[in-house]
Amino acid sequence: MGCSGTDVASAVRAMATVVAAHRDELVELDRAIGDGDHGENLKRGFEAVVSALDSSEVDTPTAVLKLVAKTLISKVGGASGPLLGTAFLRAATSLEEVDGASVAAALRAALDGVVARGKAEVGDKTMVDALRPAVDAAEAVKDKSVAEVLAAAATAAEAGAESTIPLVARKGRASYLGERSAGHLDPGARSTSLLLRSLVDSAAAS
Amino acid sequence: MKKIINDPSTVVDEALRGMALAHPDLLVVQPDPAVIWRADAPVEGKVALVSGGGSGHEPMHGGFVGTGMLDAACPGAVFTSPTPDQVQAAVEKVNGGAGVLLIVKNYTGDVLNFETAAELVAMDGVDVRTVVIDDDVAVKDSLYTAGRRGVAGTLLLEKIVGAAAERGADLDRCEALARKVVANVRSLGLALTACTVPHVGQPSFELADDEYELGIGIHGEPGRQRLPMEPADALVRRLIEPVVEDLPFAEGDRVLLFTNSMGGTPLVELYLAHGIAEKLLAERGIVVERRLVGPYVTSLEMQGMSVTLLKLDDELTELWDAPVRTAALRWGM
Repeated sequence: MGCSGTDVASAVRAMATVVAAHRDELVELDRAIGDGDHGENLKRGFEAVVSALDSSEVDTPTAVLKLVAKTLISKVGGASGPLLGTAFLRAATSLEEVDGASVAAALRAALDGVVARGKAEVGDKTMVDALRPAVDAAEAVKDKSVAEVLAAAATAAEAGAESTIPLVARKGRASYLGERSAGHLDPGARSTSLLLRSLVDSAAAS
Repeated sequence: MKKIINDPSTVVDEALRGMALAHPDLLVVQPDPAVIWRADAPVEGKVALVSGGGSGHEPMHGGFVGTGMLDAACPGAVFTSPTPDQVQAAVEKVNGGAGVLLIVKNYTGDVLNFETAAELVAMDGVDVRTVVIDDDVAVKDSLYTAGRRGVAGTLLLEKIVGAAAERGADLDRCEALARKVVANVRSLGLALTACTVPHVGQPSFELADDEYELGIGIHGEPGRQRLPMEPADALVRRLIEPVVEDLPFAEGDRVLLFTNSMGGTPLVELYLAHGIAEKLLAERGIVVERRLVGPYVTSLEMQGMSVTLLKLDDELTELWDAPVRTAALRWGM
């Protein structure tokens, strides 16, 4: 299946819309176990991404994803900037032919990048709790269509995000709360599942 | 939320503009990417000290830029670490050819962004080292946590290593000295109220009038424990005891005692608390040889305080006493 830079760019724009729509929810989740900046930081970052896309002429999926990565790293700050930026950067280098298998491989590369940077594992109450099951689910159905691979990933990410609620955080700012971090949905896992779900919606629309 | 601001999204930009106007003799400020550097930078042949972190902790770090302390500071969004571009831009402005020391507080975002920046700067051929400070005894350090936070002890590190760099210490020496300060400094803080981050618009946690939070960080995040409010004697004891026991500080030790306001606690209460802290240390035979009291490492308008102890020797004492000229800390010149 062919996939142009424009397709990827419109998927990224869809992500920006979803992030803006869920800004307050992410702020609230972060306020409970962090300092409340997650929604605002992601919104600021994706707004910068959209304006970078508007003012550039990147034409391949890889070039678009690299631009997204660079913009997130240089505009978001906090832990989310480098982690999400690294995810996009790694996904960019493995996206050549766009089919179910290559999407699964891109997600795997993104996960490996996040783990290399943040050193978190499943159970630490971070975005990895959403991303790793998403990648496993994507790989399990990688012979199917892009839309089916993304749908499997998003569904697994949502379950993974929910699974963070009872956990005691072991990484990131929430870890400073110790036992008090239990009982709250992790904002990074939630935003990861939102971003993956927005990809399903834009794949269905294209 | 009632604050002297125009728009939450322009708070840091507008504050930096005012800061530059307030200290034209000391500082130069660049808005994008945001960097504050000393007016006479780069100083040829001097190791450059660069730090940074979220805004909202003023005067840290921009207020400590100047002679005998930091060469540059990178202010992030409120309570959000700076980005690698900011750190890279700072290094370009202040690198005097003798290498650059990055001073990083142990928060996940700060560590990730400075780590990324250090990789980029090193690729440009700059000799860059990173020291991570983790002085907060509220957080257990283990393989399964992000480790202790870096809090008010950062100021002491910046002052002492800044003095050494000003005198011509090389990068190895500055790095070793910074590690020595990290090994000998401990802090603990408490909050009586939450603070309100401008873009959030409501307090970062709910705290009843008769409660306080023990073991807070500096980003308005809640502490490890919520306790019923107590008189100052008991509050200060709750701070001093875990700090003393952690290193541990022992009878006969000479220390610097830093009593810090989180921003909303006035000096009358802070001096009161400082007096109690001195008394508690005297009871343990710990000799307070140097002091610093004031709002230096803050969390916006949060009421609360922290205490920091640094074990001194002749070298550290002398470097602490060395001249410093910055917006927020100034003596000897």
